[in-house]
Amino acid sequence: MFRRALLILAALALPVHPAAAQLTVQILRGMAESVPIAVIPLAWEGPDAAPWDVAATVQADLERSGRFRPLPRAQMIELPHAADAIDVSDWRMLKVDYVLVGRLSRLPDGRFEVRYELVSVANGQRLLGTALPADRNALKQASHRVADAVYERILGVRGAFSTRIAYVAVDGPATARGYRLIVTDADGANERVVFGSPQPIMSPAWSPDGRSLAYVSFHSGLPAIYVQTLRTGEQVRVSARSGINGAPSYSPDGTQLAVALSRRDGNVDVYLLTLATQELRRLTDDAAIDTEPVWAPDGGSIYFTSDRAGAPQVYHQGLAAGERPRRITFEGSYNARPRMSPDGRELAVVTLDGGAYRIGAVDAGRGALRVLSGGQLDESPSYSPNGADIIYATRERGRGVLAIISSDGRIQQRLAASAGEVREPAWSPFLN
Amino acid sequence: MRWFPVLLIAVCTLLLSGCPKKPTTVPEAPAESTQPGDSGATSGVGEGQVGDAQALPGAGVAVGAGPAGVATVIYFDFDRSDIRPEFASLIAAHARHLAGAAATRIRLEGHTDERGSREYNIALGERRAQAVRRALMLQGAGDGQLTTVSYGEERPAAEGSDETTYEKNRRVELVYGR
Repeated sequence: MFRRALLILAALALPVHPAAAQLTVQILRGMAESVPIAVIPLAWEGPDAAPWDVAATVQADLERSGRFRPLPRAQMIELPHAADAIDVSDWRMLKVDYVLVGRLSRLPDGRFEVRYELVSVANGQRLLGTALPADRNALKQASHRVADAVYERILGVRGAFSTRIAYVAVDGPATARGYRLIVTDADGANERVVFGSPQPIMSPAWSPDGRSLAYVSFHSGLPAIYVQTLRTGEQVRVSARSGINGAPSYSPDGTQLAVALSRRDGNVDVYLLTLATQELRRLTDDAAIDTEPVWAPDGGSIYFTSDRAGAPQVYHQGLAAGERPRRITFEGSYNARPRMSPDGRELAVVTLDGGAYRIGAVDAGRGALRVLSGGQLDESPSYSPNGADIIYATRERGRGVLAIISSDGRIQQRLAASAGEVREPAWSPFLN
Repeated sequence: MRWFPVLLIAVCTLLLSGCPKKPTTVPEAPAESTQPGDSGATSGVGEGQVGDAQALPGAGVAVGAGPAGVATVIYFDFDRSDIRPEFASLIAAHARHLAGAAATRIRLEGHTDERGSREYNIALGERRAQAVRRALMLQGAGDGQLTTVSYGEERPAAEGSDETTYEKNRRVELVYGR
């Protein structure tokens, strides 16, 4: 009944936000050595049906990551609900390395509680034992949190299932385009339209606290940079200077945007804009194109694209007065739009690889380049906040879709929209 | 269906909270801001008598129109912004026209093909528009007559992923009356 009501509501909502480009995630290539795990359906006591299938969400998250190989429910020979009820020898026979068990219950205050335990089949050790309270409408979010914890305990890297993805959706014929800035949960669900316009929307960038998006809109007929608070929808125009206003990137402390401006002379350079005061500082000054800035994680330097040597390459410049830019990329004739990995060691770039535009990872120190993706027109890479994956835009039969590749290049996923084109994905920071 | 009213309110609240409100503040130095040129000026018609019209210098073309029979799109090579020799006469015709019609405004819209990164293409489209702007000014057009905007790869003239399509998209469009 709950789900059916949601479907009806989704239909009612359509006139408000038409042509919802719901993303569906599909694994193209997983890891051969993915971890076998059994996610047992949680126990639920109550006269009515369980308000949410927590285990199904956890299982889908783990499977979608490409790092886990969950046992299908039909093959579960028993359904324990607590660590001390697990017979590890049974699960060893099924070649399962880990078992997740738990219980969903109603708390006296009307909320719900997810209790879960993770057990290693190899030695029977209890690796996790946690109680997580949640409101009824937050049970899916709570399920993502369980998946985050399991991912981290087994792989040693924080899970990113509770994060969000911003992207631009485009639909309609060439003469009547509609552009929408959309935010979804990392699994493609819970889609919300942040801003819509008949004019192009570009370059969404998350604030470090995950509460705001900076982006470029041509809504007024000319490009301007806006900052929008997601919870309230409040939109503030932060730069509408003469010429280009583009490529916003938040400083790690959230107080500044690095932006690309052309101002009156038409020369595109990187500037630093302090949001609270509108103070503007010019960082680069070169007759060439300098654009697509991104901050180093320590906030002390900027990486950017410049064609000052004749073709686009990535440069690095400290923010102290008098610092000069230093070229980072030397392999290939086109390396652009750098995005920094969360640990600051690598830059994801768009690289020209034998006639195809692909996503590459550049060693920030030594400059060595690894080509990761295999498309023809791949662009707009963005790291997951745990650094494990890179989401980017690609084309499939002439249509813009999103794809995810693990930063080691081994796991590939495709996120296709139900309608129209999707592009310019930006992965949120951790949100809790 | 007992959850239906509750959900309706919840979902509607969510939808509303996702709706952008109007821009609230514009912390912007006025000297820096620019608007598309306003070419829609109209004059009032009084009740008195109107005498015979007399042609002004530069008349013969309406304000806001380009030179008759001259193309308004200039095409570029991949990742280049230099104007090819074949477009020299086109530029000269537009420059002559603008020099003779000081009230005419023109917007130079720079575009690129879809290859490469989007913001770099915005910069490349701007560089193309600026190249056309400089060429027009060298031949007599006034700075105040010309504005530029770059759409990068966001507004292709043709759809497709082949060289023939790309050639049509690497362009500057001269839009009169903007």
